[in-house]
Amino acid sequence: MHELSIAMSIVELATEESDRRGGVQIKAVHLRLGQLSGVVKAALLSSYEMACEDTPLAGSQLLVEEVSVLVFCPECNAQRPVHSTQMFTCSECGTPTGEVVQGKELMVVALEVEE
Amino acid sequence: MNPVTRMIEVRQNVLKHNDVVARELRQRFHDAGVFVVSLVSSPGAGKTALLEKTLTLLHKQSRVAALVGDLATENDAARLARSEAPVRQIVTGTVCHLEAAMIQTALEGWNLNGLDFLFVENVGNLVCPASYDLGEDLRLVLMSVTEGEDKPLKYPTIFNSADVALITKIDLKEAVEFDSAAAYRNIQAVRPGMTILEVSSKSNLGIIELLEFLNSRRAGARAVASS
Repeated sequence: MHELSIAMSIVELATEESDRRGGVQIKAVHLRLGQLSGVVKAALLSSYEMACEDTPLAGSQLLVEEVSVLVFCPECNAQRPVHSTQMFTCSECGTPTGEVVQGKELMVVALEVEE
Repeated sequence: MNPVTRMIEVRQNVLKHNDVVARELRQRFHDAGVFVVSLVSSPGAGKTALLEKTLTLLHKQSRVAALVGDLATENDAARLARSEAPVRQIVTGTVCHLEAAMIQTALEGWNLNGLDFLFVENVGNLVCPASYDLGEDLRLVLMSVTEGEDKPLKYPTIFNSADVALITKIDLKEAVEFDSAAAYRNIQAVRPGMTILEVSSKSNLGIIELLEFLNSRRAGARAVASS
């Protein structure tokens, strides 16, 4: 359970960005969360509220966009989804492939600010 | 006037601080010529036992050292010190995983230039360590035969963050009716092409093969570094 420390890092990152822009009020944080990031969305959301307490982000929302896994399939010579995270095979042709090109994201992509 | 809401693009990794420190560590390890191997597993899969065996044997032919992470005690460092290799304990307190900055702090004052191998034992946990790059060259994930063959399916993320899977306590295979074929199938399902080695720290089965494997990976890394 490391979601609280991840949530605190998000708050820290967002606060820094706000400070750099003269202390704008942040209403929402947009996060891309990969299926292979090792972070659980529900746990992160409840931790986020806690991490925001007594910070300029109190009352802000964390908007999570979940990102599914894409691999490079050598057979199709293209990026493809996998059958599941328990079965890393190309969803088109069934070739096993472990070359992950998407799905490890843990990234703040945007902030919604009020001016 | 009503407040206006607008979007600011940020695009920053949440763990950017860890990533930056891990990159610095990787460069430092590279410059010093030390090959860094980390171990992750659930609690009790045999990380410390394997490390004790590995350090004891490697210590005879190479210069080896270890960092060992644990929540509360220094017992593991005491166990590993019997190998006569230099060992430092990282007590993480309530933190359930190692982060790159903890490695950096633990290495303060340590001359890495004198080392061939540095082993880093993570906290026993199959979830959280997956998110944190420690600057290592090779990450080993251990699963013991007593844990069941479906561990990779339950924890695909950690298997995906690792380079090599070690099946430990292989001497108990018959006793616990461990289904090797199923285990291999499950590992390959979540990480196609992953190297799998079987070891027993108790009976020494597979240990020589593991040491040869580590030596060859280290030689490979050095060849790339000097080319």
